[in-house]
Amino acid sequence: MLSYIVRRMLWLPVLLAIMIFITFWLGFYGPGSPEQVLLGQRYSPETAALVRRQWGLDKPFWVQYGRYVLNYVSLNFGESLTKYPGQPVATLLARRLPITLQLNFAAVMLGVPVGLLFGAIAAYYHGSWFDRGIIFVSVFLRAIPTLVAGPILLFIFAKQLKLLPVGGWDGIFSPSAILPVAILSTGIIAGFARQTRANVLDVLNSDYVRTARAKGLSEVRVLLGHVLQNALIPLITIFGFMLGGMVEGTLITETIFGIPGMGLLAFEAINARDYPIVIAITVLAAVVFALSNLWADLFYGVIDPRIRNT
Amino acid sequence: MALNAKPRTMFSDTANRFSRNLPAMMGVVVAVAMYAVAIFAPLLVTADYSAIDLDNVRSGPILQHYFGTDELGRDVYSRVIWATRSAAFVSIFVPALSLILGVFFGMLAGYFGGWVDTIIMRVGDILFAFPGLLFVFFIAATIKPAVLDWVKTIGLREFAKQGYVDYIVIFSALALVGWPGLARLVRGQFLTLRNREFVLAARAIGTSNWKIAIRHILPNALTPVIVAVSGGIGGAIAAETSLSFLGVGLQPPNPSWGQMISDYYVYWRSADLWPLLLIPSIILVAVILAFTFIGDGLHEALNPYLE
Repeated sequence: MLSYIVRRMLWLPVLLAIMIFITFWLGFYGPGSPEQVLLGQRYSPETAALVRRQWGLDKPFWVQYGRYVLNYVSLNFGESLTKYPGQPVATLLARRLPITLQLNFAAVMLGVPVGLLFGAIAAYYHGSWFDRGIIFVSVFLRAIPTLVAGPILLFIFAKQLKLLPVGGWDGIFSPSAILPVAILSTGIIAGFARQTRANVLDVLNSDYVRTARAKGLSEVRVLLGHVLQNALIPLITIFGFMLGGMVEGTLITETIFGIPGMGLLAFEAINARDYPIVIAITVLAAVVFALSNLWADLFYGVIDPRIRNT
Repeated sequence: MALNAKPRTMFSDTANRFSRNLPAMMGVVVAVAMYAVAIFAPLLVTADYSAIDLDNVRSGPILQHYFGTDELGRDVYSRVIWATRSAAFVSIFVPALSLILGVFFGMLAGYFGGWVDTIIMRVGDILFAFPGLLFVFFIAATIKPAVLDWVKTIGLREFAKQGYVDYIVIFSALALVGWPGLARLVRGQFLTLRNREFVLAARAIGTSNWKIAIRHILPNALTPVIVAVSGGIGGAIAAETSLSFLGVGLQPPNPSWGQMISDYYVYWRSADLWPLLLIPSIILVAVILAFTFIGDGLHEALNPYLE
């Protein structure tokens, strides 16, 4: 078990190093060098040379890369170039991240229990109208992109019914958070319901559940003691994936609803071609993804001995 | 017992089960309609996708413009029709490219194991760990201009102008983040199949590695891959939408539904322009749903003992 943990842990820094390298490489050989972005269309070669020296852009690739990695390790993500000129990216992230975390936390707190419940009931009453309904609704909801769902919800609730604000942000406990949380949690509910249903069905048909019933355990004990426990384990992985997909999920949602979180920051930075911000968010998202996957793997390894040796 | 009864094959059984699945058949109808519209687009449109009608700018649906016009005075009906071509291209090329990459690498990893497996799966892990949307943005933003320059230098200026380079870069980028999932699937199948009797038998009579992998294992490993690919088509179309929203999808003036929705999404407030948003939205969701249902239908038809 220990060697499994160590192996998984050692992979993480390697993964991060490679990812930072790829983002840097894409940025280094990409179009629009930083001095072009900084100085605009017209500038003299002398000014450009000065800026290049100032920013260390005249150094060779590997020197720049080394400095870049060191900066990242010490949580210095550089400065915004175009969108918020001169502001440290770390500060921008620190200001925006809490909002995104709150949104996602609320969505998870709402989405996971509801998804679990729906999925478990659907599997238990497998083949009934409730089951069919759950399957259909979850397939349907998963097919609607956020970009379509957002404006539709705004049209209904903000424009026609005038119940909810059209966007903006006054904290997680305000009406402005209802629609974005609803959209984010819909994906979680649909995903969890579908997966839980499949897992519970699997377990319900397993030999040990038949044995448990045969030896006369009450239905409640079978469900709580045998079925749920085993059906929930595979969900850990999905949960890890979901955390990893957080940045992407919030990008469009936050932009549509005008919520000043990290997703909107990413959108602004992409539109302004503000690479330091985009790179930082990409790396951050990758770190979150890698960490949550590691966590899922370890947790899985603890629960299920078969995983450890693969 | 009628001796002239038609023989039942695996294919006819599967087709039978599939055709009894109503949502899946509806999906097929929508998909066929989409490809038909894409092929016959020039006959269906009332205007060029970039033609501008200055007398009717930002108009709701009127007689000359069935679905209205946008802020540049372009006919939305014709743009929706032309955009069907983009969606059709996405629905063919992205899955095809991911399929080629995924099957090839998954096959290598699963059949040979060892360090080949380790390297391929780790590369897959890395691509997997990147937030797909941002990664594709990076590729589109940094590599596309370089590819464009290159295409121009080898003398395909006209080709570059038509926007085909766009298609190629976006499709490759989407396939690049899409193949690791398929490779995992194929690898898993190979791992379970490579020690089965029929493979051992083939090896015992001296069949070459490649022949075993391609002729004996691959056909048996394809079922879940077919399901994943057909289900993934909707995802590819949705991904193009997200990329358009970030401004790195298929570029104007070539229209795509994602681009239209991204451009028009603010019209939910508008009293008369909301159809501009609603129409491409409904079509997009219908097409994504269609491919999802087809994928699910295939899944059920190919795994008759599922329930």
